[in-house]
Amino acid sequence: MSFSLSALRHLDRRWIFLAIGLLVVVPLLTGFHIAPVLPGARARGFYDVIQKLPAGSTVLLAGDYDPGTIAENYPMHLAVARQLMARNIKIIGVELYPGGPPLADRVLHIAGEEYKKRESYDYVNLGYKSGNEVVMSQMGSSIPRTFPADRRGIPVGRIPVMKGIENFGQIALLVSISAGFPGTKEWVQQIVSRYHVPMVAGVTAVSAPEYYPYLQAGQLQGLLGGMAGAAEYEVLVKAPGLATRGMDAQSLAHIFIALMIILGNLAALPQRTPGAKK
Amino acid sequence: MKREIPLIISMASGIFVLVGFFVPHPAIRAIYDDIQQWVIIVVAFTYVLGMANLMRINVEQIQRRSKDWVYKLALVVSLLATMAVGFSEGTHYLDDGTKFSWIYNTFYSAMSATMFSLLAFFIASAAFRAFRVRTVEALLLALAAFILMLGRVPIGSVIHPYLPVAADWLMEIPQNAAKRGILMGAALGVMATGFRVILGIERTYGSEGGGG
Repeated sequence: MSFSLSALRHLDRRWIFLAIGLLVVVPLLTGFHIAPVLPGARARGFYDVIQKLPAGSTVLLAGDYDPGTIAENYPMHLAVARQLMARNIKIIGVELYPGGPPLADRVLHIAGEEYKKRESYDYVNLGYKSGNEVVMSQMGSSIPRTFPADRRGIPVGRIPVMKGIENFGQIALLVSISAGFPGTKEWVQQIVSRYHVPMVAGVTAVSAPEYYPYLQAGQLQGLLGGMAGAAEYEVLVKAPGLATRGMDAQSLAHIFIALMIILGNLAALPQRTPGAKK
Repeated sequence: MKREIPLIISMASGIFVLVGFFVPHPAIRAIYDDIQQWVIIVVAFTYVLGMANLMRINVEQIQRRSKDWVYKLALVVSLLATMAVGFSEGTHYLDDGTKFSWIYNTFYSAMSATMFSLLAFFIASAAFRAFRVRTVEALLLALAAFILMLGRVPIGSVIHPYLPVAADWLMEIPQNAAKRGILMGAALGVMATGFRVILGIERTYGSEGGGG
C-alpha cells in the first residue's frame, strides 16, 4: 500500500494527459456505447416551445459563439435549425461574435439542404454586428435599421423572409445559442424583459448555472446546458449527431476526473515513516 | 474643458439611454435610437484602434528583440496576411471556397477549439494535484462535484437512478439560491456604478485615468 501511495505521489502528469486523451478519443472513433441519452425536463421544455409554434411564423436565431465552443454550441445550433425547418418556421439568423457567421451559415445551409429550404425565402443570415447589447436594444426599435443588409450584402428590403419584419413584435420566438458575453443573459435583459418575446437558450455547460434563475422565473422557457443538453435535444428531434456521440466520451472523462480526485487525496494522506511512534 | 466635456457627454447620453429604456415616447425614442447607432459605430472603430495599438506594441518589441519576439512577429505577420487576404476578396471574403474561409477553417477554427479542448487535460491534472479534501466545506464541494459530474452524463443513471435527480436538485435549489443572490448583488452594484457615471462621480473614463 505504501509503495502504491508513493508511486501515486510521484505520478507523472503526462500519464494523466494520456489517459484522458484516450478516454475521449476512443469512444468518439470507435462508436463505443455506454448508456442511452435520456432527455430531461429543460431540453423537453426547449423542444416543446418550438413544437407549439405555428407553421410560417418567424424565429430569431442568435448564434453567439465562435469555434472555441464549437463542441457544445454547434450541435445544438444545428439541431434547432433542423427542428425549425422541419416545422416550416422561418429563420432570421444574427451573430454578435465576430467568429460566428461562418458557423451559422454552415448550420443554416446544412439544415436548409436537408429540408429543401431556400435562402432568402425560408431563412436568412443577417451576420455579425459589433456593439454587443446595444445591437440587441437597437433591434428592439428596428431590425432592418440595425441590419440594413444580410451577410451577403443583399439589402433586407429585397429579402422575402424579411418582408413585414420591423421589430420583435413580428418575432414568435427568440432562440439564443450562446457561449457567454454577449449572449443569453443580455438577450433576456434587453429583449425579453422589455418586449416579452418568448425565449429559449442553448449555452455552454460552464455558463449554464447562471441561467437557472431566468429559467425558474419563466424568462427562459427552455435551456440546453452544454453537450449533455445538446445530446438530449438531438434525441428529441430524432437526429442523433455530434453531441450524442460525444456523451460516451464525456461520461468516461467525468468518471476519470472523479477518480483523480479520490486518488489525489489518497496520495496526499500523511506519510508514515518506518519506526515512527503511533 | 478637457475634463468637463466628456462628463457632460456621459451624463447626457446616460440620462437619455436610461429614460429611453422606460419611456417609449417617439421624441425620446428617436434620440435614444440615434445614440445607440452612434455607439454601434464607435464600437466598430474601437476594433481599428485596438488593432493599431496591438501593432504599435508588438512592432516595438520586435524591433528591440525583446523576450519571445519571434511569437510577436508571428502575430503581426498573421494579422497582416489575414487582413490582406480578406481585403483582396471583398465583401464575399467568408463565402465557401475563398482563401479567407480556408484560413478560418484551417487555422482559426482549429486553434480556437484546441485552446478550449486543453481544459480537459488541465482539469484532470488539477483534480489529481490540487483538489484536497481537508475541511468540511471541501468535503461538501467534493460530494457536490461527484453528484453533478456523474448525474449530468448518461452513465449517471446506470450507476444509480437517483443520481440525475440529485444533480437536478443541487442545480435547481442550492445552486439557484446562491446564483440568485450573486445576480442581485451584482445588479445593485451595476446600478450604483451607473448612477455614479451619470452623476459624474465615477470618472475612470476621463483623461486623468484612475478616477477622481
